[in-house]
Amino acid sequence: MIHLQHIERIFLVGDEEVHALSDVSMTAADGEYIATMGPSGSGKSSLLNIMGFLDRPDSGSYELDGIKVSELEEQQQAEIRRHKIGFVFQFFHLVPRLTAFDNIALPLMLSGMKQEERQVRVNAALAAFGLANRAGHRPDQLSGGQRQRVAIARATIMQPSVILADEPTGNLDRSSGIEVAEILEELNHQGITLIMVTHDPDLGRRARRQILMVDGRIEHDKLWYPEETAHADP
Amino acid sequence: MQVNDFLRYTIYGLRAQRLRSFLTALGIGVGIGAVVLLTSLGEGLHHFVLAEFSQFGTNLIAINPGKVTTHGISGALVSNVRPLTIEDTENLKKLPQILDAVSVVQGNAAIEAGSHQRRTTIYGVDASASRVWRFAVAAGRFLPDDPPRAARSFTVLGSKVRQELFGSTQALGMRVRIGGELFRVIGTMESKGQLLGFDLDDAVYIPASKALALFNRESLMEIDLLHSTNSSSTVVAEQVRKVLAGRHGSEDFTITTQEKMLDVLGGVLGTLTIAVGALGGISLLVGGVGILTIMSIAVNERTGEIGLLRALGVGRNQILALFLGEAIVLAAIGGLAGLGLGIGGSWLVSLLVPALPSHTSWGYVVSAELLAALVGLLAGVLPARRAARMHPVEALRAE
Repeated sequence: MIHLQHIERIFLVGDEEVHALSDVSMTAADGEYIATMGPSGSGKSSLLNIMGFLDRPDSGSYELDGIKVSELEEQQQAEIRRHKIGFVFQFFHLVPRLTAFDNIALPLMLSGMKQEERQVRVNAALAAFGLANRAGHRPDQLSGGQRQRVAIARATIMQPSVILADEPTGNLDRSSGIEVAEILEELNHQGITLIMVTHDPDLGRRARRQILMVDGRIEHDKLWYPEETAHADP
Repeated sequence: MQVNDFLRYTIYGLRAQRLRSFLTALGIGVGIGAVVLLTSLGEGLHHFVLAEFSQFGTNLIAINPGKVTTHGISGALVSNVRPLTIEDTENLKKLPQILDAVSVVQGNAAIEAGSHQRRTTIYGVDASASRVWRFAVAAGRFLPDDPPRAARSFTVLGSKVRQELFGSTQALGMRVRIGGELFRVIGTMESKGQLLGFDLDDAVYIPASKALALFNRESLMEIDLLHSTNSSSTVVAEQVRKVLAGRHGSEDFTITTQEKMLDVLGGVLGTLTIAVGALGGISLLVGGVGILTIMSIAVNERTGEIGLLRALGVGRNQILALFLGEAIVLAAIGGLAGLGLGIGGSWLVSLLVPALPSHTSWGYVVSAELLAALVGLLAGVLPARRAARMHPVEALRAE
């Protein structure tokens, strides 16, 4: 459960104040599938960064699964981020010198898990994401879709409760994009809260709940039922 | 994060930029190599000089007349100084810990044999000298154990004097004139070489009482004592002080133990070694600057990775530790290579220039490696801190 209240985020550009987020309040229940859309600079990525507490709001409060995250120290936040949140990025952010296996194992390694245990978890993930025969390949030897699958495997290896995806298909061709979207949706079906930022209206339309951001505010926040889609778009 | 994972991650990072890492490590390697090589030479010199001095034995005590003090009026007490005498030597010989004692008078005089003449150093000693100073006789015998005040006119020649005066002809049994007095040669010494520029072979040994008469002296210049190795030199020196002070009425002499002299000498040479090592340290400093540069570049290049690690739940401190660790590992690898360079170098030096003593001490080797790691740590601090302070959102945007 994500609970944001009166979040403000102000950047200084030159000597001008830019309100990236102004008075944003929202709640995401466990297992929700939310697409955040809006034009460039509307604050949708800022919102995602605040949700993953990569960024601190200038004011307002943030609660994640009952923990008042905005009141915690950096080190404690890192600890919670490690266990509860998985990030998926537009440009994958794989470590170029590590193999697919090692990239997926990275969060486990950083948290100090023993090698034998890691082996089991990562091999299972590789199989689940259809990467079993790509384990020893480095990112530059993988296709875009495969890279993003490695990134998603890495984001979910710690079994987080939330996935924050920033334009996860933005750097992929159409078919790989759909493939990645389906993988993320499958994870959402398994109960993970999925919050996705996207430019792509087709991708956004797949989400049950859509948030439209304009100038740092939530313009629309509506639930979209598949039945309606069926009616509106026969 | 487990240590082996940490090392693996670090090594992968360094391996991704092989040439760059190699060159940077080489910088540290050269620095450490220089430190090890120079300290090896310093230590070699240290050992060499101490060995030169302890060839006379380490359980020696020297007594000189007069007392060196920092107070008192110079000159005023001189007339009260009782000279060291042959009787003092004989008395000290009776102390249980004293194995041997030798009276020493030294001076310069001409020695003539037939048509050859030479000015040389004359040592007035007694039979004990060859035992106390560990001088070995090449031919004949050393001065006999005559009563000290009634010694016969015998002399023993240093190897150089023998060579100069007699060449290849027989010297034993020949008569020589020393300062006008006739002496019979009863032995010649083995060559001892030089000690700090003094030719120990350009010397002639005659009985102390004869030397006193020759140089018209009343007192000895020095008494050298050989004490048993199972009693400490300070304890023996204290007993000697009591006996002599009793005989003289006051402490008008100076006792120097060989042990103490070697201590002082060792201290000086040790300082020299450290100073030479510090010179090598300058190149290590340059290597440190290399690490600083490369780590700064690495932090720049891996900004995206830093952002990712933060997103994966790595705290600032762990980022700091990762980059510090990388700098330390890089320096330590360079350091190990440097140890090889230094040890190999000093081996090569001892092979090519055998006269130049070199001695690689493990203490210096271990501290050189620790020093390399320390240089890595210091050089890594600035880049690692910059990495740790990066804003994760901005770092992620960098890629």
